[in-house]
Amino acid sequence: MSLLEIKDLGISFGGLKAVDGVGFEVSEREIVSVIGPNGAGKTTLFNMISGVYRPQRGSVHLDGQEVTGTEPHHLAALGLSRTFQNLQIFQEMSVLDNAVAGFHLRERGSILADMLSLPSVHRRARVARDGAMALLDRVGLADLANEEAGNLSYGRLKRLEIARALAVDPRILLLDEPAAGCNAVETEEIDALIAELAREGVAILLVEHDMKLVMKISNHVIVLDRGRKIAEGPPAEVSRNPEVIAAYLGAEEEDDAHADG
Amino acid sequence: MSKWLQLAILAALIAALPLLFPSGYYYRIGALVFVNALAVIGLAILIGQAGQISLGHAGFAGIGAYSCALGPEWLGLHPALSLLAGAALSGVTALLIGRPILRLRGYYLAVATLGFGILVAMVIQNERALTGGPDGMAVAELGLRDLLRDLGWRIGGGEFWYAVSGIVLILGAWIALNIFDSPTGRAMRALHGSEVAARTVGIDVASYKLKAFVISAVYASVSGSLLALQNRYITPDVAGFLHSIELVTMTVLGGAGSIMGAVFGAAILTILPQVLTALADYEQLVLGAIMIVVMIFMPQGLLPYISRRLRRTGK
Amino acid sequence: MDALLQFVFSGLTVGAVYALVALGFTIIYNASDVVNFAQGEFVMLGGMITWFGHDAGLPLMLAAALAIAVTTAVGVALNKFAIEPARGAPVVSLIIITIGASILIRGATQLIFDKQIHRYPAFTGENPIEVMGATILPQSLWVIGGAVAVFVALWLFFSRTLMGKAVLATANNRLAAQLVGINTNWVMTLSFGLSAAIGALAGVLVTPITLISYDVGVALALKGFAGAMLGGMGNPKGALVGGLALGLLEALTAGYLSSQYKDAVAFIVILAVLFVMPQGLFGKTSADRV
Repeated sequence: MSLLEIKDLGISFGGLKAVDGVGFEVSEREIVSVIGPNGAGKTTLFNMISGVYRPQRGSVHLDGQEVTGTEPHHLAALGLSRTFQNLQIFQEMSVLDNAVAGFHLRERGSILADMLSLPSVHRRARVARDGAMALLDRVGLADLANEEAGNLSYGRLKRLEIARALAVDPRILLLDEPAAGCNAVETEEIDALIAELAREGVAILLVEHDMKLVMKISNHVIVLDRGRKIAEGPPAEVSRNPEVIAAYLGAEEEDDAHADG
Repeated sequence: MSKWLQLAILAALIAALPLLFPSGYYYRIGALVFVNALAVIGLAILIGQAGQISLGHAGFAGIGAYSCALGPEWLGLHPALSLLAGAALSGVTALLIGRPILRLRGYYLAVATLGFGILVAMVIQNERALTGGPDGMAVAELGLRDLLRDLGWRIGGGEFWYAVSGIVLILGAWIALNIFDSPTGRAMRALHGSEVAARTVGIDVASYKLKAFVISAVYASVSGSLLALQNRYITPDVAGFLHSIELVTMTVLGGAGSIMGAVFGAAILTILPQVLTALADYEQLVLGAIMIVVMIFMPQGLLPYISRRLRRTGK
Repeated sequence: MDALLQFVFSGLTVGAVYALVALGFTIIYNASDVVNFAQGEFVMLGGMITWFGHDAGLPLMLAAALAIAVTTAVGVALNKFAIEPARGAPVVSLIIITIGASILIRGATQLIFDKQIHRYPAFTGENPIEVMGATILPQSLWVIGGAVAVFVALWLFFSRTLMGKAVLATANNRLAAQLVGINTNWVMTLSFGLSAAIGALAGVLVTPITLISYDVGVALALKGFAGAMLGGMGNPKGALVGGLALGLLEALTAGYLSSQYKDAVAFIVILAVLFVMPQGLFGKTSADRV
């Protein structure tokens, strides 16, 4: 059975259908990529799956359980976590604390224990800290642990977000353009990390503009255009689909017109 | 700075300052600084850690103050128990109104809390039969000094309240520092940084905002109670809009992020009017000017600003 | 029935003031996304300066004109020295800045003038006019008429003049407005000046009825904000309707429930609106972008 199952998901903003009846499945160890031109509804789709937006139609199932419109913090407890296209870093916290915050669900205790700084708080904090350091090490940020997050470069913040999302110990990880703004070496590293995570059993749902990366690591590709799914299948098959090519050619011209990603 | 170092500095300051006091009057001012600092530490948790504004926290100070005035008078409750009852009442009130109010953000939250504060002040003003209205009412003696005297330890009113407020302040600072350095504090700072990201790592944003609100309300309440007990008299001003604004100004002036900043901000804004008594009429003018200037030129607050300056010239 | 009509008259009068404050909020909010908590101080300044001028021997109309001019200058200065330098600051900082401005203005007013309660004569006599068994003061008609006139003038300004359209364009998308050559700094100055002038006008008109003192601003700001929210934040029509509705609610509360707690109505309206219909009567919904 698939870990994440999305059926007929839809939402409109001010009459405009941002996402219109999209459905697909993601299984364990699988890397599924969502691609499409700007404004195709990829991030909106992510926002609905991760509980940031409540879908107006359709449903989301996590491990067979319906979780449509469930609050993100409950989804995190169920093993779904994500990163963001526009970085959502805790800017004024240290790099380490950003990662430790990801351990919240395992670290938290009673408010009274926190107020009185009981030994149990320190015990849990140490575990979270060690876990966070290990994750920072994994994404290559261990030496910057005590730096204020706001001072890091864009590419590093992207990796910090991944570390924070991993701290939740997710069964499924939603990555929204993890390689955007990264140089070739960084992209390579992220690419390797994603593949490794999938091998470890995490299901990955990926939005990415870097076609090379998508084609290389995805098991399955979903193509969105103007809120609708226009194609899906293995990377090689999708890249030959005439409708997909048409959508992208149209989008290339738009991309030239406004230069943002 | 580590938690224990901060507490040690604070305790040392509180213990050593009286050596410099030329007269008993200074104990009164010191106690007033500590009482205000206590409320400001609460706001440092709400504003500095959780990033939520309140323009109505004097409302909770009012609840605390009038609990200590009304408890002994109408219920025969001991003043110390009245303080605790006031804190509990403030906490419960914060819990009840916080749940809906904290769904709001930014301006809406500011207006809703402002309205709450005004409402509390209005009730105190209007229920003359109970509270004496705008004229205020007398507050019963705490009684602890009599007890100490019976035990053979004579201590003046000024010194006594200086010590009591100082001890409560250290206790409050200790609890706040514990919170800062705990999963709760991290969750509050995280939601301050990005609510959506906090939620995706499993932080129940609404619940942590509420915790910050309730805790800060209790701090304000205890502050109000201590004020009432040491002045032995209380007027609705304690719950008034201006007091709310003073507390927020103290919080951002010192630097909303830290305990030291909170104490620093409270000290400046408490001592300034005492020093410039001749300029009492200028108080609002100065308060307003400080709020604007600090927010524009040193949004992190005075203390971080100064320490950055010192570090820079040191290098 | 007479009593009800009487409450309606007094409700519309104060409601017109709230509507003018709400309109002031709306103009600045639309141009800059700033909620100006000092909005109530403009009303206070309008009344206080008019009283001062009149007391010093100026003809009432001249004193009123002076009050509006000075308050407009204060509004422009507020933008120039407190809002503009803080562009891009977090909302909490902007709240503290405008609250600070509000305290500063009342502190200065209390120093320059005094702490007393003042009034000056009504514009066209003090004799109440009888209408269907109830009475209304001629000055109330001035207030209500003033609110309606301001609303119509604003509507004409925003829909018929190039300058008004520039303000709307800036409200819609600041960057895009700059790109098509609109001087957005000028638009901000204009908005603060305009909104201060409107506030001052409200103060000028209502003082003969409600009296004025240096400390009335905060309550007016709270109520104007409540009116603006009731109507739908950012919508001028909403500001007018919301302000009038709040005034009516308050007068009816004072008349039938409790005059002591009439001021609580604004707070309850704010909460009710926020939780029942956050977009207000005429507002539009929005979604956060992540």
